[in-house]
Amino acid sequence: MEVSRNNGSLEINEIDPFLAELLRQIPVSTRPDSVPAAEQRLYSAPAGPNEEEFCAEWKIYVEPELRRLFQTATETVAADLRQLAENGKPFANSTLRIPHQHSEAWLNALNQARLAIAAKFDFTEAELCDHYRSPIGSRRDLSLFQVNFYGFLQEFILRAMECEGSAEPGE
Amino acid sequence: MQIFPEILSGVATPEIGQETKTKEALDLPWNVVVHNDPVNLMSYVTMVFQKVFGYPKEKAEIHMMEVHQNGRSILWSGVRERAELFVQQLHGYLLLATIERTS
Repeated sequence: MEVSRNNGSLEINEIDPFLAELLRQIPVSTRPDSVPAAEQRLYSAPAGPNEEEFCAEWKIYVEPELRRLFQTATETVAADLRQLAENGKPFANSTLRIPHQHSEAWLNALNQARLAIAAKFDFTEAELCDHYRSPIGSRRDLSLFQVNFYGFLQEFILRAMECEGSAEPGE
Repeated sequence: MQIFPEILSGVATPEIGQETKTKEALDLPWNVVVHNDPVNLMSYVTMVFQKVFGYPKEKAEIHMMEVHQNGRSILWSGVRERAELFVQQLHGYLLLATIERTS
């Protein structure tokens, strides 16, 4: 896999079928799937238990806004991922272009996916730092690899944003 | 601060405007606290602090490291309404953020 910047877009070339499948899994991975830990992580409390009224109002007024925001980001990513389906041959390597203006949506959707997966599997900090674990062993190992792969992609997007100057304050 | 009773005795009943100001003053300050999370990337958290609070990268990194090492960092203090807005923005970036009254 090769990552480069091209005319304001982030271009990921030579994506092998396994990594292409992991990328296709981003939208579905953002869903908490009725797992309370994942739901609680994506929609965490805005204050301690002594602020009961504020937390209740937050659930009514702010949480739906957050759900819409996350949904919009996921839809943008899902639309970009259609490029992978258009690449033709089933076992050929693919190319994915992420337009600069979609960077924030990608960061958000990747973060949703990473947080939801980590909460579902209850990964420890030590596991999350183990970047050399093989993804082959079990479903848990594969999910850990997925979290780290999405993090790796986030790093590239952040670096590209910094080069484009959009990580500057107040923008 | 010094108080002069002879001046205060000549003061008329306070206006409503002054009452509002006192209430606002009592409301100060509320803290915006960001809590540690093993999943969010350090570079991502730094970027969020720059975007939300307009902090320069160096200051954003100091807060990020404080979150990482101490488990939490107070990012901003001030009136409650603004603190709530910051927390909402931080939740939009999926950070663990809360408001709390200064003890």
